[in-house]
Amino acid sequence: MLEIENLSCGYGDKPVVKDVSFSVRAGEIMCLLGPNGAGKTTLFKTLLSFLKPLGGTVKINGQSTAGWSRQVLARAVGYVPQAHSAPFPFSVIDVVTMGRTAHLGLFAAPNSKDKSIADEALHSLQIDSLRNRIYTELSGGERQMVLIARALAQQPDILIMDEPTSNLDFGNQIRMLEQIRLLSNRGMTVVMTSHFPDHAFLCSDRAALLRRGLPFLAGSVKEVVTSGNLISAYGIDVEVAEFTAASGRKVKTCVPLMRTDNKSLKNVLNHGSP
Amino acid sequence: MNPKRKQTSAMPSQPAESAGKHKRAFRIILITGLPIVVLLLSFSVGRYSVSLPQMADIIRAHLLGLPDPGPASISIVLLHVRIPRIAAALLVGGALAAAGASYQGLFRNPMVSPDILGASAGAGFGAALAMLLSLGPAGIQLLSFLLGMGAVALTYSIGSLVSRRGGAVLSLVLTGIVISTVFSSFTSIIKLAADPDNKLPAITFWLMGGLSLVGLNDLAILAPLVLIGLTPLLLLRWKLNVLSFGEEEAQALGVNTTRIRIVTIICSTLLTATAVSVSGMIGWVGLIVPHLSRMVVGPNYKVLLPISALYGASYLLLVDDIARSALTMEIPLGILTALIGAPFFIVLLITGKRGWE
Repeated sequence: MLEIENLSCGYGDKPVVKDVSFSVRAGEIMCLLGPNGAGKTTLFKTLLSFLKPLGGTVKINGQSTAGWSRQVLARAVGYVPQAHSAPFPFSVIDVVTMGRTAHLGLFAAPNSKDKSIADEALHSLQIDSLRNRIYTELSGGERQMVLIARALAQQPDILIMDEPTSNLDFGNQIRMLEQIRLLSNRGMTVVMTSHFPDHAFLCSDRAALLRRGLPFLAGSVKEVVTSGNLISAYGIDVEVAEFTAASGRKVKTCVPLMRTDNKSLKNVLNHGSP
Repeated sequence: MNPKRKQTSAMPSQPAESAGKHKRAFRIILITGLPIVVLLLSFSVGRYSVSLPQMADIIRAHLLGLPDPGPASISIVLLHVRIPRIAAALLVGGALAAAGASYQGLFRNPMVSPDILGASAGAGFGAALAMLLSLGPAGIQLLSFLLGMGAVALTYSIGSLVSRRGGAVLSLVLTGIVISTVFSSFTSIIKLAADPDNKLPAITFWLMGGLSLVGLNDLAILAPLVLIGLTPLLLLRWKLNVLSFGEEEAQALGVNTTRIRIVTIICSTLLTATAVSVSGMIGWVGLIVPHLSRMVVGPNYKVLLPISALYGASYLLLVDDIARSALTMEIPLGILTALIGAPFFIVLLITGKRGWE
């Protein structure tokens, strides 16, 4: 369980994000939304202790993480960065085995047990076949899966995912969200960022919204992802619609409404920021 | 992502496996065979050629306390000149390659060599200064070593000041370039001030690098210092893998990056300053040997670091063999490592797997 209380974070002594409070229960998915520059990355960096909080506390299972060593923190929180390139052509199994670092002594290298935990992580994501491939030769989606496997090998309670759907095509985005849902069904707590409010409807239990200059919002998806809140956060017209699928399942979705006449477009471009 | 595509990519695993076995056998031969051949070759090569049985006889006689079997000149050459020199080449080569491999992981950049933080420039200035002050061989080594360490300490403290707002790795590299330039300029000033008849040529020759002056007593200092520098790096080598993914990711994986970085820098600097203080400026070993090793065994430091040290030792020994036997006059080692290293490296870049992305 992750609890954030009155957290303010930023660089130096200038807060970028203030008065952030929310909690995510074990096995829940929380989707963090917000426009570019609202402080999603800053908040993430503070959750992962890359940045010291300027105020407030981060609690994991009831204990404040202040003063935790990197190793202790890494056993509780796993981080899945956006798919990236590595400077050296490590094999996939080497990359995933690096997830075991938090469980190793200072001078130790992973043993066969750590290797088999890494193999299990690959297997649970059904990417066994990537095992002996070279990480730097994989596609963006495959790299993202490998980085998730690495975080799973870390065996944390909480997974922090930075835009897990970025750089993925339409189909792979949804497959990624299904994979995240599967992880949460197995008991993993997930905090993820996304640029698509629809992703909150599709796969999360809770949502949070960062808005520049406005108070932080957190709560159930239904409370947070509303047309009014999205308009105030992104500065565009959005309506939330409900749609009944052929199976009878009800799905909510966000529909952005573009202004098309010249006069209001000019207004938008003059007053709204990109 | 797409499960169907992965199935097809996993299909040809049978033939690939046996090809993999051949490849592994080839690698093992390359890893163990190469250094042994170079080592045996080195004992017999030189002005006085010593055959292998002759050498075995002499060594066995000395170990067992028997009377010297061969001509006295041969056993003196072997025991007091050749063996110390071979040992020094192995230690210096291994030290430079291990330091280079560690730095490439730490700075996440395959273009990094062990002198990037100013160790060589500082050590070179120290040696030049000692020669200007006529301090003698022990003084040259000591001052060279101290200023090599000092230059990196200066880089580290100024770099920490620069990186207060983040970007620790880049700040260090940039500061290192500045400090190197400053110390190279100091060396130039010394050359300008040195007596052009005897001291200037001595300084110039020393800076070109070489192992011709190494004796048994130098080994007594060189060997323990290299061991002290190498051991922590070998123990921490798994963490270097994690560090090569960048500061934040390494932290998220549970590594205290500040601590590992400072230990790596201290050990690599110890290795580089020790090497330079004994052998002068020997470039290229720390840059290309890790590359070569990465092509053979892959980037995992668990294997890469020991292999880099082994290959660095063999490579410098081989080049030193050429330096002392190719011409009647000894060729400075630093010139040869560059002249052999550069074209060899280009060929590797063109034909081989690159070993980085």
